[in-house]
Amino acid sequence: MPGQESLALHAICDHSCIDIRPCIAPDTKGITLSLLEILVKRLLLGLATLLFVSVLVFLGTEILPGDVANAILGQGATPELIAQIRERLGLNEPLHVRYLVWLSNFVTGDFGSSLANGADIGTEINRRASNTIILAGCTALLAVPLSILLGLACAIKPGGLIDRVITSLSLALISLPDFLVAVVLVTIFAIKLRWLPAIASIRPSYEFFDWVRILILPVAGLTFTILAHMVRMTRSAVLNVLTSPAIEMAILKGVPRRRLLLRHALPNAFGPIINVVALNLAYLISGVVVIETLFNFPGLGRYMVEAVTNRDVPVVQTCAMIFCCVYVVLNMTADILSIMANPRVRYQK
Amino acid sequence: MTPQERTWRSQFGDALSDLTPGVALCLLILITFFLIACFAPWIAPYDEGAILTNDSFLSPNKEMRLGSDYLGRDVLSRLIFGVRVTLFLALIITFLSFFSGVSLGFLAAAFGGRVDSWMSRLNDAMLSFPALMLALIVINSLGSSFAVLVLTIAFIDMTRVYRVARALAVNIMVMDYVEAAIVRGEGKIWIVWHEVLPNALTPLAAEFGIRFTYAILFISALSFLGLGVQPPQSDLGVMVKENMQAILYGEYTTLYPAICIAFIAISMNVFVDWLLQRSSAQLPDEL
Repeated sequence: MPGQESLALHAICDHSCIDIRPCIAPDTKGITLSLLEILVKRLLLGLATLLFVSVLVFLGTEILPGDVANAILGQGATPELIAQIRERLGLNEPLHVRYLVWLSNFVTGDFGSSLANGADIGTEINRRASNTIILAGCTALLAVPLSILLGLACAIKPGGLIDRVITSLSLALISLPDFLVAVVLVTIFAIKLRWLPAIASIRPSYEFFDWVRILILPVAGLTFTILAHMVRMTRSAVLNVLTSPAIEMAILKGVPRRRLLLRHALPNAFGPIINVVALNLAYLISGVVVIETLFNFPGLGRYMVEAVTNRDVPVVQTCAMIFCCVYVVLNMTADILSIMANPRVRYQK
Repeated sequence: MTPQERTWRSQFGDALSDLTPGVALCLLILITFFLIACFAPWIAPYDEGAILTNDSFLSPNKEMRLGSDYLGRDVLSRLIFGVRVTLFLALIITFLSFFSGVSLGFLAAAFGGRVDSWMSRLNDAMLSFPALMLALIVINSLGSSFAVLVLTIAFIDMTRVYRVARALAVNIMVMDYVEAAIVRGEGKIWIVWHEVLPNALTPLAAEFGIRFTYAILFISALSFLGLGVQPPQSDLGVMVKENMQAILYGEYTTLYPAICIAFIAISMNVFVDWLLQRSSAQLPDEL
């Protein structure tokens, strides 16, 4: 029988569900780092990424043809007025000074005021961010368990009927534009059946039940935009574990199929699945922007689209920074979780 | 299976012989859409901008096969021209991003060392930026025109293509036949062109399809947000946006362009899936 000794090793692994193969393989020149060191390294990398992102956001919005002073004054710009406003906004300072001032203001929560209506951006962001968080949170609560279940259902019998149906449906769903499912849902449930409102504007008098009514369609539309990716990635993560030698050994030992999946495969697939979830929540960002615009939902995404349409630079900067920070933090979380879940990643070549 | 050296011609012949009916249908759909895009002015019954009636959202009838849009223009004609704009924009974007991404990725892999590590680090930093945010920031600064759209999305795509191309090339560079070429004294450029490129062709073709679909969805999403193609020009995304109220009148005008996008994208994805399955033996693990 080939690979006798490795089978014996995996029999031990199988009980503890942890990979206990020796950490230093003879053919690599790696060193083992402690978990803390790796986490600190990853956090520093995340911080560096955030700085890089802030530089890009700043440069991307500051280097306009013409500058903010022109944008504020519009048609009625005279050279004197422009000079006055440039002075007041500190536009005559060199670029790096302006960047540092802008960044320190952003970090301390001073976002400035909108060019379009002079309103304080901070209060507007506060109001809208909570709406967006509710929308994205409900979507995550719905999409995450659903996609894990569907992914597991596929992985139980790869190539079986359930697997083939779900995989081809998810392939089709990935190809659909973000707005298509939402438009179809609106056509059916808001226009034909008249069960739910087609527009999700929010009034202060709304109570819990009203919130549920307006949120159903946007949440459903948003769920479809990330569901397919999540199902496919969960499926391949679980299949990856199922083809590992440890599971092969369990099959050879005659462990029943259900016990095999729940006791042996699932704990090992946990790390990759959490990783998949964090990565896909990052995909929500573009979905949120499109769905909020479609439903006229007063959240951050629509705020940003309106600001880009009006060329409202401070609002665009603030929204872009918030979205990018969420994205970077989610990606970093995904990385850290997969490092913690998989001892092999800790071992760096 | 031991990896064999492939030539351009043998790859093409193999591909034709494994075509399944489903994949063939998808290819047919794609070719049809491309023909529609190429011959739009001759196929479309009316001019795309011509206002033919005072009634918005007419039901489909004999003169106007898919009814009229919100300004009373012929939906079918606008759809045909919309397909043309969307497909051509996506094609230009994908070609640009491929040309730059593949050349940079291959060169990084061929030269290795410090060049490779700096280019890859810069690329990883770019990947940490959500694509839609990058596009919105550029459009906020420069306004939305065909040139800005094409260059921005091509740049975003290039970072993704670079990663795939580099990973493929790194795996091919360690093959025996590349070593043989190095020992023969061939130059780096010769090796990239004659050894790396032919052997990376199938996975690259699959990546081309993925990027093409992505470009279509991205342009459509931007146009839908009102930040992509600007009137009087229109693409499929603009048509979805401007005909949204049609649903209120019980007409499906806004669904037609959305369904066209879906058909193109699904067909392309099925085709790509098939290509990937064929080439899974060649794909490096880290993809």
